[in-house]
Amino acid sequence: MIEADRLTKLYGEFPAITDISFSVAKGEVMGFLGPNAAGKTTTMRILTGFMPPSSGTARIAGYDVVGDSLEARRRVGYLPETVPLYTDLTVKAYLEFMGAIRGMDSKSVRRRTSEVTEICHLEDYYNTLIGKLSKGFRQRVGIAQAIIHEPDVLVMDEPTVGIDPIQVVETRQLIKDLGGEHTIILSTHILPEVTMICERVIIIHEGEVVAIDRPQVLGERLEGTERVRMRIRGPGKDVTTALRNVAGVQDVTYSEEGDESGEDYTILGHRTDELRTDLARAVVEGGWGLLSLEAVTMSLEEIFLRLTTTEETA
Amino acid sequence: MRTVLHITRKELVVYATSPMAYVVAAVFLALMGVFFIDSVDRQFAEAALRGLLVNAAFFLMPLMPPILTMRLFAEEQKLGTLELLLTAPVRDYEVVIAKFLASFVILVTTLLFTLFYLVILIYYSNPDPGPVFSSYLGFILYGGAALSIGLLASSLTSNQIVAATVGFGIIFLLTILDRISDVLEGPVSTVLGQMSLPAHFDSFARGVIDTGDVAYFIILTTVFLFLTVRSVESRRWR
Repeated sequence: MIEADRLTKLYGEFPAITDISFSVAKGEVMGFLGPNAAGKTTTMRILTGFMPPSSGTARIAGYDVVGDSLEARRRVGYLPETVPLYTDLTVKAYLEFMGAIRGMDSKSVRRRTSEVTEICHLEDYYNTLIGKLSKGFRQRVGIAQAIIHEPDVLVMDEPTVGIDPIQVVETRQLIKDLGGEHTIILSTHILPEVTMICERVIIIHEGEVVAIDRPQVLGERLEGTERVRMRIRGPGKDVTTALRNVAGVQDVTYSEEGDESGEDYTILGHRTDELRTDLARAVVEGGWGLLSLEAVTMSLEEIFLRLTTTEETA
Repeated sequence: MRTVLHITRKELVVYATSPMAYVVAAVFLALMGVFFIDSVDRQFAEAALRGLLVNAAFFLMPLMPPILTMRLFAEEQKLGTLELLLTAPVRDYEVVIAKFLASFVILVTTLLFTLFYLVILIYYSNPDPGPVFSSYLGFILYGGAALSIGLLASSLTSNQIVAATVGFGIIFLLTILDRISDVLEGPVSTVLGQMSLPAHFDSFARGVIDTGDVAYFIILTTVFLFLTVRSVESRRWR
């Protein structure tokens, strides 16, 4: 349903995305995970036909987003990140307008307007000016306009950002319900969200795809890692080598910012019962001074960043 | 074409629900009243709308159209709604034409209220219908050109004040171009004089519909609408 082939977009000299390729099957919910400025929005703007890629092609339901732009756009519903809406229109007038400019006839516009109002629980605000709605309700209006023309493909850029937790839960449920009927691609920088909603996830970092997989698989990969911070007095090079040789260690980074008492090391390794014991032993056996050792809990964001960087060097 | 009408209608709804268009129309009409009194309350005054519309063109055209159009693209760019509009199956030029039409409808509607002065003239005297008709035709063409300039200015920025200021600057320059050409000599002076807006309005006001003048306003409008389309498209290669 969605096919992206070696998409590259340059802003002047700067590449926002480089060689992004993926495909999404009909009815699938695909997550687009990446930190801010990873290129998520750029990719979505290309898929929705807002701007063309510098090179590469993208197809929506077989229609090229550049060559057959109008046909492709007819089949896409888009919810941009900031949920831009005309604040001077009522919910009803806005939804009817969005339906009409997507080529629906007036009869189906009326039918779908009341349908999507119901789906998105907006019945009580039918004749309210959008400018008077709270952020969460605007989000619903944004989703309603994206599905009003029953598009094959739904593109949602950070659909749960900036709304309160209860609404986040509702929005996620709504997106889940829409999957199956629609092919959905949604971007987020929240890891658990992907696990909850998406069947597959693409992780992008600095404009490049670093992983495409099912969220469970990626989750297992993340949970199997542990990070340990150690302060050690000893020759940096030898210590690093010794720590690297400990079983299960994946990566050792060495901070030069330590004071005369010792230097800080951050060790990333497989989560095993013996990892910390083994690390301590390695230091003692080397005859260096072990000043402190602690396991660092990885916040989701850190885990994510870790994943993206290790994948990049791999 | 249906798409154009849908967008035009939406813009008209927004004009009708925000106070801006009413304020602009009210100020426009109030000043028109002043110009009307000025044109009739004098010795040997003509029973014509010529003085009224010539003054309106000179003083109000640089201001009113850019204020009417400043919102049309600038606000959409600021709110981000342009992204949503342009990812609908809508061609860029359809959006430009639709927005132009909406502002044009507002301008013409406002102008309809000035027919009140025509009624007064007819009541007290016997105005010649030819120049009245041609003046209005010229004024509407003049307005169309000014609106297209304002629309271009609006498409260039996401700041409405900047849009209005740029629009005012361009229209005012085109308004005083014949005065600039007066102090110059040679072909440059002639070319500048021919490019000025009031130079092409004078014959309409006198009751002469010259195809050259009609063409001037239509070409000017087309050129600026074309530039607006290109400006909207520029997101593609920026």
